[in-house]
Amino acid sequence: MPQQVPRLLAVFAIAAAGLLLARGVLIPDTFGDLGHYRAAAVDSIAARPVKYAGRQVCGACHVDVEAQQVAGNHRGVSCEVCHAPAAWHASDPMSGKPAINRKRDLCVVCHAFNPSRPTGFPQIDSLVHNPRLPCIGCHTPHAPVPPETPRECGACHGGIARQKAVSPHANLECTTCHDAPQAHRDNPRAHRPTKPAERAFCGACHAGMAPEGPIPQIALESHGQPNLCWQCHYPHYPETSR
Amino acid sequence: MQGYIYPNEYELQWSLLIVLYPYITGLVAGAFILASLERVFNVREVQPTYRLALLTALAFLLVAPLPLQAHLGHPERSYEIFMTPNKQSAMAMFGFVYAWYLMVVLLLEIWFDYRRDMVRWAREARGWRRWLYYGLTLGATDVSERAVAFDESAGRWITIIGIPSAFLLHGYVGFIFGSIKANPWWSSVLMPVVFLFSATVSGIALVLVLYMLSSMFRWRPINMACLEKLSQFLFYALVVDFSLEALDFIHRLYEAEESIEILAQMVESRLFLSLIVLQLLFGTLIPLVLLGAFSPGLRKGGFIRASAELKQLVFLTSAVLIQIGIFSIRWNVVIGGQLFSKSLRGLTVYKVELLGIEGLATTLGLLILPFVILWVLVKILPPWPEEAPGPAPSP
Amino acid sequence: MTDQGLDRRAFVGDLVAACLAAGGPVLLGAIRMAEGQAPAGAGAGYDPADHYYGMGIDVAKCIGCARCVAACKAENDVPPGPHHFNTWIERYVLRAGGEVDVDSPNGGLDGFPPLEGVGDILRTFFVPKLCNHCANPPCVQVCPVGATFITPDGVVLVDDQYCIGCRYCIQACPYGARYMHPEKHVAGKCTFCYHRLVKGLVPACVEVCPTGARVFGEVEKQPTPLARFLRFNDIQVLKPNLNTKPKAYYANLDGEVR
Repeated sequence: MPQQVPRLLAVFAIAAAGLLLARGVLIPDTFGDLGHYRAAAVDSIAARPVKYAGRQVCGACHVDVEAQQVAGNHRGVSCEVCHAPAAWHASDPMSGKPAINRKRDLCVVCHAFNPSRPTGFPQIDSLVHNPRLPCIGCHTPHAPVPPETPRECGACHGGIARQKAVSPHANLECTTCHDAPQAHRDNPRAHRPTKPAERAFCGACHAGMAPEGPIPQIALESHGQPNLCWQCHYPHYPETSR
Repeated sequence: MQGYIYPNEYELQWSLLIVLYPYITGLVAGAFILASLERVFNVREVQPTYRLALLTALAFLLVAPLPLQAHLGHPERSYEIFMTPNKQSAMAMFGFVYAWYLMVVLLLEIWFDYRRDMVRWAREARGWRRWLYYGLTLGATDVSERAVAFDESAGRWITIIGIPSAFLLHGYVGFIFGSIKANPWWSSVLMPVVFLFSATVSGIALVLVLYMLSSMFRWRPINMACLEKLSQFLFYALVVDFSLEALDFIHRLYEAEESIEILAQMVESRLFLSLIVLQLLFGTLIPLVLLGAFSPGLRKGGFIRASAELKQLVFLTSAVLIQIGIFSIRWNVVIGGQLFSKSLRGLTVYKVELLGIEGLATTLGLLILPFVILWVLVKILPPWPEEAPGPAPSP
Repeated sequence: MTDQGLDRRAFVGDLVAACLAAGGPVLLGAIRMAEGQAPAGAGAGYDPADHYYGMGIDVAKCIGCARCVAACKAENDVPPGPHHFNTWIERYVLRAGGEVDVDSPNGGLDGFPPLEGVGDILRTFFVPKLCNHCANPPCVQVCPVGATFITPDGVVLVDDQYCIGCRYCIQACPYGARYMHPEKHVAGKCTFCYHRLVKGLVPACVEVCPTGARVFGEVEKQPTPLARFLRFNDIQVLKPNLNTKPKAYYANLDGEVR
């Protein structure tokens, strides 16, 4: 055997032995127990401190508030959304009280008007809705209701009102097209407003008037049959053909 | 920033250091492939560069892990790649591919090639150099014909194993990017192949530059047959590299998948300088024309008859432009892949730091370091053909 | 000859001793009892084998208040500041001409700037985003050292003590859910509040959501809110073509959401 071979083999053997020794020393004990990872990591993550106690914990002591809340409009709102994480208080109630922000800037986080919020979510325009007054002056936070029935449709249907306001239909009242009983304002889902059910309704303005007048005219018998008008045109901001 | 990026995407994850790493391993792979041309494919003309190419590969290989270490959040834990590699991860293979290539391929090949000369230098030297050379021989001082023939044969086999190993060393880097389905700029079957061929191009170009510069510094004449052969291989490699990149480009435009809009915006705005100007024009098209005209690639003696001095200038210029171009490719891949959002709706910016561990200064230092190491290696193991005859030509 | 023989035997003896000394720890390390164990810190009787978690998100209920983002930052010590989030809210505005604008200023924590040109809005909505805790996670696949993993109960976690900070997992996540922690220099992401799950609590974001847009529970057939959610909604996941098998299930998800 040439002289080179045993010497090279010795070098590689030492390197391999070194690697094996290192593996025995350096690989953590729990590695591979549950998978290709250090199982002890799961334990250390599981042992992290909890900051939010959760509604059930609050309700265990604050029974009356919880009872008020589950019956009201904020039944889905967890205590700690407004009162900040309070696990520290739950584990030692005498050590202090969780903070609460009683100013307007808390409530508007959810309730300021934003067109991207889903339709039907109660929203106000903070600039005009009792400006500068604290919300809790009129609305009890644990079971909020509007202190009086809304006067304008736009109070709840803010998105529609704002779109209509910049559309050709801006000067039409909502009640021009929709019959909205007073009961709708008090119990919206139980008493729904109506929608026009015939083409002739829109035709009252959009057919049979002077063609050169301000209102666009169409031939009612043929235009867009057999659809109802609002099946193609969004009434609150109507599209027009090119 | 323009358009929309996910909030967590604001910070680029892989910086200039990660651009540097594939560039360096590319040079290693390319230089080795050039050396193997002589050894395995008997391309006699490039024999003067054989040992220089090996030492260049070694110098760059030693520096290769440094940008990675500098980039890691916890470099002190980097040993974990050897201890608990995740077999599903391409990056985990780095440790083993690197170790294999360094120990089994490069160091062994250099050792076998130089052993006879190291024995001779050990006998001729005095003082600490004598012990250095003796140590390097590992005590295998038999220089009989049989022992030297064994060196020859072993070196040849190692080179044969070394070629796919070099492909693996750089190809896996391409796979690291190419296998990320989350990133449409990276995710491509061609990525490992493009990386590999651009590595070959950069390695040959580097050895060409080093051969010319070292000859000039040593006041030795440049062997024009060697230089022309190098330029010929450089030309062929560049043609293949360009074809692969053109294929990727055409394929992307043709399929016009969802990501095409944001990627086109990115190329036109963020990557215009580095991709269109540096990579394409200066790094590929101009060298293609120069090498096509002056190297023996297309026609023996070159299309344009020129003096040796002019050819040397043209080849040197082409090789330098190619280096810039290949570095730009790495930049465009690594940084480009992070300049657009995975939401496909926005672009962000990368501001290179000047100082700091991931900054320009560190990068320049890491680029200079291999040349320093090469200088030391050249002093210890002179690769020049005149001073120590290289391996006998294979039968 | 005899001296050489003695030398050889002594050498072999030394070699065997060295191998045992080295092999000892290797053997000890190789003997492992692989069994599922309840994590320390768990409530009494928590068995990971009983659970496989997922989250449901109803886009139609999200009001974009970002209380979930705030709660997550408080519960999990997420780095403050606009560039690191475990969860965030995106606002989509689709206009009549076909343009789509998306924004997420500070993840939604500062509210969203008012929209211009309300008239030509076609659809607009908020989408909560978070780590999808994929059943086929690309981030786990690419981690070179096994520092990120999916637990038997379906939660993808990061081992802070083992992560080397290579950032490969952050690159591999198609959803932008991961980030590099600026102080710990390891990867960070949503943990489904694992430390709460083992005590029978829900994640902080689910706890605080005022409209019930986030729903949490078991993916497999068990009586949790997620079961009803999956039954009564048309469900989408993000980037299904990548086959990551996400476990964040979206109801009423618009096709423009990426």
